[in-house]
Amino acid sequence: MTTITPTSERSSFVWLFFDTLAVTKRHILKITRVPESLFFSLIQPVMFVLLFAFVFGGAINVGPGGAQSYREYLIPGIFAQTVMFATAGITVAISYDAQLGIMDRFRSLPMSPGAVLGGHTLANLVQNILVLGVLSITGYAVGWRIHGSLADAVTAYVLMGLFAYAVTWIGAWVGLKMPNPEVASTAGLAWLFPLTFASNIFTPVSTMPGWLQPIALWNPVSCIALSARKLFGNPTPGLGNTFPETHTVLLTFIYAVVIVAVFAPLAVRAFKQNSSGGKA
Amino acid sequence: MTKAIVASGLTKHFGDVRALNGIDLEVEQGTVVGLLGPNGSGKTTIVRILSTLLKADSGSATVGGIDVASHPDDVRKVIGLTGQYAAVDNYLTGRENLELFGRLFHLSKSESKERAAELLEGFDLVEAADRGIKGYSGGMRRRLDLAASLIGNPSVLFLDEPTTGLDPRSRQGMWDVIEGLVAQGTTVLLTTQYLEEADQLASRIVVLDHGSVIAQGTSDELKNQVGGDRIELIVTHSEDLARAEETLKPLASGATVVEEAIRKVLAPVSGGSRTIVDAVRRLDEANIDIADIALRRPTLDDVFLSLTGHVAEDAEVSPKKPGRRGGRGGKK
Repeated sequence: MTTITPTSERSSFVWLFFDTLAVTKRHILKITRVPESLFFSLIQPVMFVLLFAFVFGGAINVGPGGAQSYREYLIPGIFAQTVMFATAGITVAISYDAQLGIMDRFRSLPMSPGAVLGGHTLANLVQNILVLGVLSITGYAVGWRIHGSLADAVTAYVLMGLFAYAVTWIGAWVGLKMPNPEVASTAGLAWLFPLTFASNIFTPVSTMPGWLQPIALWNPVSCIALSARKLFGNPTPGLGNTFPETHTVLLTFIYAVVIVAVFAPLAVRAFKQNSSGGKA
Repeated sequence: MTKAIVASGLTKHFGDVRALNGIDLEVEQGTVVGLLGPNGSGKTTIVRILSTLLKADSGSATVGGIDVASHPDDVRKVIGLTGQYAAVDNYLTGRENLELFGRLFHLSKSESKERAAELLEGFDLVEAADRGIKGYSGGMRRRLDLAASLIGNPSVLFLDEPTTGLDPRSRQGMWDVIEGLVAQGTTVLLTTQYLEEADQLASRIVVLDHGSVIAQGTSDELKNQVGGDRIELIVTHSEDLARAEETLKPLASGATVVEEAIRKVLAPVSGGSRTIVDAVRRLDEANIDIADIALRRPTLDDVFLSLTGHVAEDAEVSPKKPGRRGGRGGKK
């Protein structure tokens, strides 16, 4: 028999790092085992690009340049929509882990409690980066271009990655709070729809009724889309001089940090208390 | 002997439901204790509290001498847990699962690999080790699940209904594995609804009903509580019944019972299997035709029925009605 010496000489912070890596590896392996899931997570945003670029886009006016302008306007919106909807996947996956008792197994191990969700969200980020890459290529194919500097473009991608990572924690928290995967799959979409579509991702805020405009302006989803548009040098039709429009990048960054600061502790706490997997 | 598990006065509520009503429990090191009871009797709740997944409302518990409420992290280093579902990742291979859990148990990379290989070997999973678990049979999944709970070589192992849903052959396989672990000195707390399973594996049995301990002891002690062995004789000709009863009376340790309709004579006995040899000889000398004769030991089913007034499997739907014991017996 191997002699087992679980050494805990490393600090809990170091363990959080190593345990997170181990869990991330689990989820990355899963992506490679079921490439279909990655494939279908790509299909939907690509469909949206094609639909809006060629079907609905003609009806939406974002300024001079017509359809070409709209396609440039559209792609950053699709980026935002895609990272938002990627959270539904983690919601369901976490709920399945709870139902199958895998969460209980993790919780009975002397591992760092933050690592289960840390690893899951990190793996989700990796998947998001892949999807954003494919979307960028699709966007290029339909006429989307980066007009800004390289530094701005890099900033845009980093900001989208950060934002994607942040909202994943909301998805994780929702997944832990739901009693089973069936409910989780509906609940995971329920909050996404209003938040994602009451925004500027497909149509400029100026086309919305007055009462909706401030909501859409301050919506974090609008902010990430507008940030990307600004940094990529794409059209940014809007109201003009409102605070969320003049300080978009800063505001998006603050949103991302606040979302992690609020939902990561909430999710980890829910993970520690979670007992939806077992029978009472 | 040292106590591997000590719990005293554990209570737990879920909303309005009292899941545990003050549980006291002690498990000696290196022994198997079976928690036996129907669904909803509190078995799983006890296991979840002792394995640090759930906090008790009141009461205290130690596992391996460590307090579960104040030092859950230290408890997790000495325990293994196998729940009611095979808690392994379907998309990973058997080996990858074990190595993942090894890493999360904070074994080094090489230790994890070594330990995983060792467990795969020990659990007869070498051939399937590098296949995805999706293709595993139910029995293989359970074995892998059990292997995963042993990754850290725990001194205390919690098995929550380890064979629920398995076919008889896989069940026997699991029993063999569990017996092997106990032989190596692991302490096991096992929950089960199967009376046969508790009988087979556990050296001591704790019977639970509605969140309370209603009896405990060895399997034999519990059976003696219900009554000892008895001879069940069925005669071929009903006219022999009276003579058969007279013949068995000298061997009986208590009052004999005759069930005329099925030509059966019941005689409580205490001499064990010798008595049945004696009985057969006497019946033969008296020229009584025997259709069937058996020395019947009370089963844990009998124990459960006599303790709770309802049969184990039926408990959830049958409310406790003292005085109506056996009224709906036999329903499974």
